[in-house]
Amino acid sequence: MRRLLVGAALTVVGLLVVVPLANVFAQALADGPIAWWHRIAHDPDTLHAIRLTLTVAPIAVVLNVLFGLAAAWAIARFRFPGRTLMTALIDLPFTVSPVVVGLLLILLFGRSGYLGPWLQAHDVKIIFALPGLVLATCFVTFPVVARELIPLLEAIGSEEETAAVSLGARGWQVFRLVTLPSITWGLVYGVILCNARAMGEFGAVAVVSGRITGRTDTVPLRVEKLFQDYDMPGAFTLASVLALLALVTLAVKTAAELKTRRELAAAKRPAATH
Amino acid sequence: MSISVRHVSKRFGDFVALDDVSLEVPAGSLLALLGPSGSGKTTLLRIISGLETADEGTVRYHEQDVTNAAVRDRNVGFVFQHYALFRHMTVYDNVAFGLRVRRRSRAEIQRRVRELLRLVQLESLERSYPSQLSGGQRQRIALARALAAEPRVLLLDEPFGALDAKVRQELRQWLRRLHDELHVTSVFVTHDQEEAFEVADRVVVMNEGRIEQDGTPAEIFEHPANPFVMDFLGNVNVFQGHVQRGRAQLGSLEVEAPEYPEAELRPATAFIRSHELEVLRTKNGRPSLEARVMHVNPARPVVKVRVYSEAFGVALTVDVSWDRYADLLLQPGDLVYVAPRQVRLFVQPGAAI
Repeated sequence: MRRLLVGAALTVVGLLVVVPLANVFAQALADGPIAWWHRIAHDPDTLHAIRLTLTVAPIAVVLNVLFGLAAAWAIARFRFPGRTLMTALIDLPFTVSPVVVGLLLILLFGRSGYLGPWLQAHDVKIIFALPGLVLATCFVTFPVVARELIPLLEAIGSEEETAAVSLGARGWQVFRLVTLPSITWGLVYGVILCNARAMGEFGAVAVVSGRITGRTDTVPLRVEKLFQDYDMPGAFTLASVLALLALVTLAVKTAAELKTRRELAAAKRPAATH
Repeated sequence: MSISVRHVSKRFGDFVALDDVSLEVPAGSLLALLGPSGSGKTTLLRIISGLETADEGTVRYHEQDVTNAAVRDRNVGFVFQHYALFRHMTVYDNVAFGLRVRRRSRAEIQRRVRELLRLVQLESLERSYPSQLSGGQRQRIALARALAAEPRVLLLDEPFGALDAKVRQELRQWLRRLHDELHVTSVFVTHDQEEAFEVADRVVVMNEGRIEQDGTPAEIFEHPANPFVMDFLGNVNVFQGHVQRGRAQLGSLEVEAPEYPEAELRPATAFIRSHELEVLRTKNGRPSLEARVMHVNPARPVVKVRVYSEAFGVALTVDVSWDRYADLLLQPGDLVYVAPRQVRLFVQPGAAI
């Protein structure tokens, strides 16, 4: 029975994950690493897509870290009206289809959206531009950091923070000297997960970007476009870059996850008995 | 620095944690807040520290009104039951914390931390992390940390509650010695009457958000103010009965009660401590109860004997000295006579039968 289950699981993982991933690399490197490199480095649109993704993702990550810390802190430490609602709302982006998110942003900021005329009058471009891409990416990824930190903060409890306050620390000192060091790895884990999702985001970004080649195409959008244009080697090459990024993320993530679990275990270990 | 609490009340929703509590802590004294859980003792301690705010009333340190001052501006040392050491900091950094956030110079911090680690006798553990320490060591570090910035008052919330019996005993005596050395005004919370009586100069017994009695350990032990205090101090047998014309009738037991000479028959609760009962093989003319030995527990320093009085329907605990125990050779099932040496009577005010 056990062998059967393990076998089944391994088969599924192999067929759905390992084989396709290996295939991506096999296709991308079919005519050698030099051709592979050439397809990346000498296609200005592909280069631009990589640069754009490397711009959007860090901005989204920074914004999400700020939001995630604030939200997690508020939810874990305070009892306020609307707390339950806020906890539920944080999960919303996980349950809403990214395409809906994109449409929502268009409805708000688009040319004929609610804020469109005002934005146009003030010459602010959001849709089909970088701000739109950042907004969409932020929206889709914003639960990641907060969800990682809430259970950690709750497990750690507020006793050390109270102790710090009793010792004369001000709010910011408490956060920097006591809270942050005990959630470092949880935060790193959240950042990495957030980054991975930000770089791979397709649906919401596809809607708000307008998919202008060389202007608003991020890496996933570019991959799809190359594929649509029957440029299989190009599509696989760029896909392999994205996959490579995913593998690096996975490695760092696993390490961070291990450390987070230790933080959590340390927090849950009863401090009293010895 | 004396502490003065005046008419403090605190509610948590419908629960009244403190109900018009006033308390004076003389400068340099060591005071224990003693009471069962839910009695409000920890809430009172937290209000004194500023970690909690009172709904009504004032708190003063010496002459200064600190009722609305934030904890960090009160300069208190607070020791938590579960130590609350910063787990990612070394012992040195833990103790230095209060000085660092006050931006003291590096040299001063180093001098002060070393001094405190010497005081709590843990100099060798400077580079260790809290997880590497025993419970007793952690609590000593927590105390050193609380004392680092020379607090005006030291507040301890069940400081030995999480430790095992032997370490607890050692730390109690150590805290007393430390206090005699430093003379910082200190308040500690405990539910253990033995701990309160052993360590404190003054004991305040609390129950249901109010102070039941406030006095020296001897005063409280010798003259418990009311049935609650009597009962809470423990090691006591409780009887229900009544008083009339200077005598108390407790079932078949009749004793003198000269403080109640009235002719009116009034219900009373009698308390007899287990060391105030004497076990006899034969009647000796004094008021006594016939009882059967149920269980003998030869503990130190006295033998605890459980007896059951059939006529009365109560089980009693009697402390018997080892010498006396050797004379009596009590066995379960033996029939004995139990005579009280002292009875404390509390008559319900205004209740007549």
